[in-house]
Amino acid sequence: MDETTISYTPNKEIIARRIARMFHTGNVVNLGIGLPTMVEKYLPADLEILLQSENGVMGLVPSGPGHGDRDVTDAGGSPAGIRLGGCYFDSAASFGIIRGGHVDYTVLGVLEVDQEGNLANYKVPGKMVPGMGGAMDLCSGARVVIAATVHFQPSGASRLRRRCTLPLTALGQVDFVVTDVGVFSVLGGRFHLTECFVPYTPEWIVAHTDADIVVAKEILAKEIS
Amino acid sequence: MVVKPVLSAVDASRLVHEGDRIMVGGFMDCGAPHSLLAALHAAAPKNLTLISNDTAVHDLKTGRITGTGHLVQSRLFKKIIASHIGTNQETQRQMNAGETEVELVPQGTLAEQIRAGGAGLGGFLTPTGLATEASVGKKVLHVEGKSYLLEHALKADVALIKAHKADKAGNLVFHGTARNFNPLMATAASIVIAEVEEIVEIGAIGPDEVHTPSIFVDYLVLADRLEW
Repeated sequence: MDETTISYTPNKEIIARRIARMFHTGNVVNLGIGLPTMVEKYLPADLEILLQSENGVMGLVPSGPGHGDRDVTDAGGSPAGIRLGGCYFDSAASFGIIRGGHVDYTVLGVLEVDQEGNLANYKVPGKMVPGMGGAMDLCSGARVVIAATVHFQPSGASRLRRRCTLPLTALGQVDFVVTDVGVFSVLGGRFHLTECFVPYTPEWIVAHTDADIVVAKEILAKEIS
Repeated sequence: MVVKPVLSAVDASRLVHEGDRIMVGGFMDCGAPHSLLAALHAAAPKNLTLISNDTAVHDLKTGRITGTGHLVQSRLFKKIIASHIGTNQETQRQMNAGETEVELVPQGTLAEQIRAGGAGLGGFLTPTGLATEASVGKKVLHVEGKSYLLEHALKADVALIKAHKADKAGNLVFHGTARNFNPLMATAASIVIAEVEEIVEIGAIGPDEVHTPSIFVDYLVLADRLEW
């Protein structure tokens, strides 16, 4: 496709759909609040993973047994359920699981993410100060950190940066960034573009991202559905 | 077996005095001691320090307030130590205006600080928060080639916690994700008041089923409301 005819439309669903295919049977996965929570909806039916939630549950499901019980919620405080074989634990045990490296993947939202793997997602000084919640622990403890975000800020600047300007949630912990234009791995101080989503091309992505991007030799152009 | 006094929420709230440091269990209202919080809100002791995961809900647009949000609005706290205040715009407003001191702590660090406080430890080493604003003023220690922040333990004068049921001795059982910070806070305060939905005879909770041993609990309160 001709570069000039590509127009960008934010698409959170494509991000959630792509991330839902990054896990393997047996994985323990923690999905952050917001966009990352959408990933659950698109998990393949034959994939056996356990969702951990930092408020003290292994085997979280959005509905199912326990749903409607005021004492069963997800980390956003919304009603949730628990699958057969799941269990509850206190907050110290929950973060022992997280910091101890027993969570395989965490998916977190993004304000800014940079090519050094730094993530900023909890504070805009003077404007928005919600607190870090469990995000700092998840970054330091989870084996693989996936940053999930639409590619651009409302201002038009890319959320992928050379250097984060906002206060950091964690230093150098991000392994993958999945946006609505493609998949990036973070390696050696650069973003490596490994997949681009139709209709976006590697050239378009590089031209519209304020960061150093290495385009993988065998890049996959994917139609995500 | 010593039987623990059962107090009304109003009488129990009088155990919190002006200037006290209190821990309040719960995670976004789930597992928060709502009867005790309502009574404390009415008693209104001032200059308290709150240690809690969050400050529940206060939506400045709709006016919806829940749980500890009521106490924040009434200015009972001079200081709040929490991990997340994103659902309480009034806490954020008081923080940004310099009206209330708010210390934001990573959630796992907060949980472990309370656990350490109740377990006789001075603190612990964690990689969480390294090279972030959460590390400001904290010592960095190196152990076997890795860097960690030195975090200190937390204790309180009074812990207000919520369990599903208690036996008359004060053994507690929690339910669902309402457990969260409650069992930790039960160990880390001079006075522990447990609000419960049901009080059963000693022996009705088997020894293998007890989540929080009775020795940590000083007073029981039968919940008169489960939401606030």
